[in-house]
Amino acid sequence: MSNAPLNKLGLIAATVLALSIGAAAGPAAAQSAAAEGQKLAFDRSKGNCLTCHAIKGGQYPGTIGPELVDIKSKYPNRDELIAIIYDETKRNPLTVMPPFGRNRILTDKEISAVVDFLQTL
Amino acid sequence: MNLRARIQFAAAAFALALLAFAAPPAVSADKVDPVADEKAFKKFFYDKFPKLKPEDFVNGPYSMDADLYKQWQDKEQFPPYEFSLELGKEMFSKPFKNGKTYGDCFPNKGIGIRQDYPTFDEKEGKVITLELALNRCREANGEPAFSYVRDEMAALTAYMAFTSRGKPFNIKVPNDPRALAAYENGKEYFYTRRGQLNFSCATCHVQSPGERVRTEVLAPALGIVNAMPIYRSEWNGMGTTSRRFTTCNSQIRGVPLTPQDDEYRNVEYYLSYVSNGLPISGPGARP
Ligand code: HEC
Ligand code: HEC
Repeated sequence: MSNAPLNKLGLIAATVLALSIGAAAGPAAAQSAAAEGQKLAFDRSKGNCLTCHAIKGGQYPGTIGPELVDIKSKYPNRDELIAIIYDETKRNPLTVMPPFGRNRILTDKEISAVVDFLQTL
Repeated sequence: MNLRARIQFAAAAFALALLAFAAPPAVSADKVDPVADEKAFKKFFYDKFPKLKPEDFVNGPYSMDADLYKQWQDKEQFPPYEFSLELGKEMFSKPFKNGKTYGDCFPNKGIGIRQDYPTFDEKEGKVITLELALNRCREANGEPAFSYVRDEMAALTAYMAFTSRGKPFNIKVPNDPRALAAYENGKEYFYTRRGQLNFSCATCHVQSPGERVRTEVLAPALGIVNAMPIYRSEWNGMGTTSRRFTTCNSQIRGVPLTPQDDEYRNVEYYLSYVSNGLPISGPGARP
């Protein structure tokens, strides 16, 4: 995936990002946000990302999506990760990945925490 | 190709892909073409799984995974649906209070006919599934209907499937606008994304067969109803087609329809039609 300008997504992502800065201020806060993000990602009634993705530290992963590894080097730009979780159908209309932000499965703050967690992978 | 042509081409390819996977728009009856659908549907699965024979698809998740397949063969030595089959056989032959039996409600006394259901009733203008026909038979003979998701219905359909094993699905969509509309509505329901998670039936059973969601291997949509009803270890018991459909809807945080709702009947009609020619394999056993 390229780091091309995110056009339409930019706006949403920027808004989400603006909201998230407060939540993730300071290294200690970032660390606890990452731990919270991991919980959200593994929780069956929240992100339930493990249904489709193998993720370090998670049990019984599914195989529908790619393993989530080296995320930080693959997506150095945090906005891109927010956009993928917010609504991956924007990038790939046929994706099976649910639009967590658009359909309010996760709040903006929760998405931000999940991104903090992804950046530790 | 110049840039403009390329963009147009990409747009056309994209529109086609959407048609195939996302939401086939409601089309007027004269454009409904079950024969062409069946061909395209089968080709999609045969191309995706070139090593499988057509009749392999009726074994659901077991056809997708070599380890699972072995487990299944071991399991078939002592099939866990045996008790249900026995019960179904007994229920089927035992007369109602009025002296009639289930056999009196069906062609060929109900033996070896599973492959003909769902059928389109031209008088009523609707799709009649086997589960529905069984309850109508009960009611016509003064007996209360069974729950569509419980053991009695599973036992009766298990027995009827068993007497039909190996017979190829033989679903007919008559050239009647109501039948074509029912078929098309079923197809549309199958491909329409819904619910908070934005899944359609096709998201899991067309786009992702063979993949695991957590520990479960997704069955391919081709042949997906041939093995119904099924014993599932996870349920610790039997499940009818109705039970499976409503469970799939709940799993995606959607609100399931009422069993045997018109839409479910139409989906079953669509799924059975596009599996025409594939053998009945029910009752099935699942992990
Ligand atoms: C139902 C399946 C499903 C679920 C649930 C799901 N994903 Fe995905 N995800 C996918 C698929 C499939 C892809 C591949 C890209 C595509 O389809 O557009 C993907 C791609 C991704 C990518 C890009 C990976 C890469 O290497 O490029 C990230 C990051 C991601 N998902 C994160 C998440 C997170 C975080 C969650 C949970 C909050 C989640 N996914 C839940 C199916 C899913
Ligand atoms: C989020 C994924 C998902 C969606 C969406 C989904 N299913 Fe399923 N389905 C499953 C899983 C998991 C199973 C159990 C494993 C298997 O057999 O495929 C299953 C099993 C089935 C089976 C039994 C197959 C067998 O051989 O055991 C049928 C029939 C079925 N689904 C029909 C449907 C229909 C109809 C819809 C839409 C109303 C639907 N599914 C939507 C996940 C899904």
